[in-house]
Amino acid sequence: MDTPDNSSSKAWDHSPSAPLSIHDLTVAYHRKPVIWDIDLDIPEGKLVGIIGPNGAGKSTLLKACLDLIPKASGTVQVYGKDYRKQRAKVGYVPQRESVDWDFPVSALDVVTMGIYRQVGWCRPILGRHKAVARKALEHVGIGHLADRQISQLSGGQQQRVFLARALAQDAQLYFMDEPFAAVDAATERAIITLLKELKSQGKTVLVVHHDLATVAQYFDWVILLNMRVVAAGPTGEVFTQENLKNTYGGKLTLLAEAGHALSQLKS
Amino acid sequence: MAFEWPGLDAVWRVATLQDYNTRLVVLSTFILGLASGLIGSFLLLRKRSLMGDALSHACLPGIGIAFIVMSLAGGEGKSLLGLLIGASVTGVAGVGLVLAVRNTSRIKDDTAMGIVLSVFFGGGVVVLSLAQPMPGAQAAGLESFIYGKTASMIWNDFLLISGVAAAVLVASLLFMKEFTLLAFDDSYAQSQGWPIHALDVLMLSLVAAVTVVGLQAVGLILIIAFLITPAAAARFWTNNLRRMLVLAAVIGGVSGWLGAAVSALLPRLPAGAVIVLVAAFIFTLSMFFGSARGVLKRSLAQRNLKRKVGRQHLLRAVFELQEASFCNTVRETPPNVSVAFDMLLNKRSWSPQQLRKLIRRAAREDHIEVFDGKTLRLSESGFGEAARTTRNHRLWELFLITHADIAASHVDRDADSVEHVLSADMVRELEEKLDTRHLPASPHPIATKGAKA
Amino acid sequence: MTWYAIDTWIVVIGALCAMAAALPGCFLVLRKMSMMGDAISHAVLPGLAIAFLVTGSRASFSMFIGAAIVGVLTAVFTQWISNWGKVDSGASMGIVFTTLFAVGLLLIVQAADHVDLDPGCVLYGAIELAPWDIATTWTLGGVQLEIPRAALVLGSVFLFNLLIVIFFFKELKIAAFDPDLATTQGINANLMHYLLMTQVAVTTVASFEAVGSIIVIAMLIVPAATAHLLTDRLGVMLILAAGLGAMAAGAGHLMALLLPGWLGFESATTSGMMAVATGVFFLLAWMLAPRYGLLTKTLTTKRIRHSRELS
Repeated sequence: MDTPDNSSSKAWDHSPSAPLSIHDLTVAYHRKPVIWDIDLDIPEGKLVGIIGPNGAGKSTLLKACLDLIPKASGTVQVYGKDYRKQRAKVGYVPQRESVDWDFPVSALDVVTMGIYRQVGWCRPILGRHKAVARKALEHVGIGHLADRQISQLSGGQQQRVFLARALAQDAQLYFMDEPFAAVDAATERAIITLLKELKSQGKTVLVVHHDLATVAQYFDWVILLNMRVVAAGPTGEVFTQENLKNTYGGKLTLLAEAGHALSQLKS
Repeated sequence: MAFEWPGLDAVWRVATLQDYNTRLVVLSTFILGLASGLIGSFLLLRKRSLMGDALSHACLPGIGIAFIVMSLAGGEGKSLLGLLIGASVTGVAGVGLVLAVRNTSRIKDDTAMGIVLSVFFGGGVVVLSLAQPMPGAQAAGLESFIYGKTASMIWNDFLLISGVAAAVLVASLLFMKEFTLLAFDDSYAQSQGWPIHALDVLMLSLVAAVTVVGLQAVGLILIIAFLITPAAAARFWTNNLRRMLVLAAVIGGVSGWLGAAVSALLPRLPAGAVIVLVAAFIFTLSMFFGSARGVLKRSLAQRNLKRKVGRQHLLRAVFELQEASFCNTVRETPPNVSVAFDMLLNKRSWSPQQLRKLIRRAAREDHIEVFDGKTLRLSESGFGEAARTTRNHRLWELFLITHADIAASHVDRDADSVEHVLSADMVRELEEKLDTRHLPASPHPIATKGAKA
Repeated sequence: MTWYAIDTWIVVIGALCAMAAALPGCFLVLRKMSMMGDAISHAVLPGLAIAFLVTGSRASFSMFIGAAIVGVLTAVFTQWISNWGKVDSGASMGIVFTTLFAVGLLLIVQAADHVDLDPGCVLYGAIELAPWDIATTWTLGGVQLEIPRAALVLGSVFLFNLLIVIFFFKELKIAAFDPDLATTQGINANLMHYLLMTQVAVTTVASFEAVGSIIVIAMLIVPAATAHLLTDRLGVMLILAAGLGAMAAGAGHLMALLLPGWLGFESATTSGMMAVATGVFFLLAWMLAPRYGLLTKTLTTKRIRHSRELS
């Protein structure tokens, strides 16, 4: 395998206060590395989009950071300490399809799961815990659905429940896996408003995103990923035609789409 | 087959638990049912129901090995506690192996269970065949673990079952939120730092405990039913986890109680089998009549939806036909004239039979009046309903055209709920747009025969 | 240890059973329905019992048919419950087979006075006795060959499964890989499902006398899973699974002859040993398979990590 020769392999100056610094991360399934040489510092208080073609390892990057899949090499630090010690500061919004929505729990129950860790081993859920969860649900605009069984929610509402669960946890750093996938426009707007609100509170949010048209509008930082980091940095600098071409190869339709988005951004 | 029905006094004796032996058996199976219904619910929600299957088969070699070890050590080969410890050891080892194979190879859950189940059972048969010629093997009743020997339960068995059941109950309550999280979303649990493998092992150990004490009560294969059937039956009645847990325990307990009682009353009915059949009977009832997810409830809801759609289509078709011949814009309300059957037939993809059925139903609901079987007219209430339905439908259509970026999750509602789903502003905006529209020219001139306009 | 002609027959019967089972087994593994083999093999008990009660004979063809029908019914009921009741398919399988097993047990116990059908015999079989039950005698080049009934039956089942796999290879393959695609291509995926279930049921029933209804699960699943670890190609997987199953039958019988002697016991069940042997083969593949073995994978990951560190 040839070593990629580009900017990503340059050594980053790892800052101890960065919400997330990934150092030399490689993940391999079977014989093939899925993502390799990820070396990044994410600055605080940014909305970060992770962009790349299908199979580029976007979700894999999140999961490896969260220790959900084994790493072949590398370390992940959160606010200067090992991730495992900082779990309370990290919130996670998995892909909506990753769970069984027929499960016999209400929306409120799911949101309460966000603070189970704070409740602690074997302790029962009390009224005040539910109050926190209810507030989070109201925050995402579906407070009235708290007692609905989750299978009776629409796709967008389910996504909001997942967001509320992450909110209830009150983390500093959020990982979100395709929160905009298959939701209605109203939910998409609600989510992006919420993300900007989190940002204004100084929190950092990493979002796996697939819609190139909205990248420039939503994120102030992007990571262009195709098994390795093609480019990472402030959207204005990094989200360029050339970088996109390097990320997506010759997939013209996508490039056209992105070009359209770029021209929109300029006008 | 000569079959003697038990007398009333016998029924009474069993029902009131007057015999010491009956009391012991009925109470034991009742408690076992409670515990297995409870832990079985978590197993079902974790989608690991068949783990009980793998587990119970994997207990067999442990029983044989424990017997051989105890016999060779010069001790009493049939010490129940020793046999059960042996069973637990290989049972848990089997489960551990299932998880290990699944996590470290491309072999999926189901195959891993099948492998452990069959290989361990094969090993168990080998070990039992080794043990069989040894002194005391027959007396130890090693075979009884496969089919159960409910009828010959003793006080110690009862104590053991009660103890294990109490432990399972306490542990399930203590770890309820952890188990719920694990079953619902394990990767989220892991990201939060919950030790999901340890939790899995804990959950399966509780299953193992119930399985092992259940082995000799109802047998290796029928204990599997005890773990699955009550939980699956309870799921039909509620969408609430706590209620499901309670209900599963109750269904398990009742199956145990009834099954053991019936088996005590009638000759040659092994209790384990009767208990499973009682549980299966309750499951079947629940599946059809369950109030939350029962087949009947869901198919009724489906039928009502279909009728509602049918009614709305009919009313709209009549209304639009009236409109087509009298109005130029949607703003105007057409006169309520009568409409011919044939014209309606052309309007949608109905077959004559379907249309007749729809009309019959609508007439029963007083939405329409039928004249001489050929023409029909909307009643006063039907006309109002038709106008409203048509308008709502048009608002939705317009909404989809003007706000195409909004995904389908908003619009799969039926035509009534436009005001409930969209904001008031949105509805106003749509209405303004709608009102300025012109109707398309009618392809069919309307029949005015019998019109009272 | 002495090797008699009987021992050869035992191995032949075991190998035929393993090969017959391995073919549908591969598709069970690939379709993630391994436990269906388990469910069907338990559930045939009432079929056997009813047919036995009706005809009063263990060797009858009707018994075979009765059990096979109940076996297929297990798959039908499971599908009903999971489709209509929206119950997890594993759970619905568990409910169906335990219920049918309970019915079978009740029938057998009820009939215990009239007939001699030992449920133990159904569960773990008696392969040691199978060679004594001679069905026919063939003369091959002057040598008289007494063919045991079990060999004849299992041989036919093997042939039946082989022909199905050969004739419907691509249909089975596409139905296993992507049932929706199969349907859009005009292949009735449901039909292929029930064809597979019929194969499993027939194989299970044919094997219950020889190796017992539970150990046949080992023959269905374990060699197929082992082969799955060794190759990525379906055709190769089928051949490998059949070969591994046959080898496990031989190794199992050898172990049954040798092992008790070494440990100071009298005798061990051959059918159980055959199941254990398939397990040993699986364990070896799990650890050492060239591509998917655990050790192999660990080494590769280490090597990747190492090469990362170097670069």
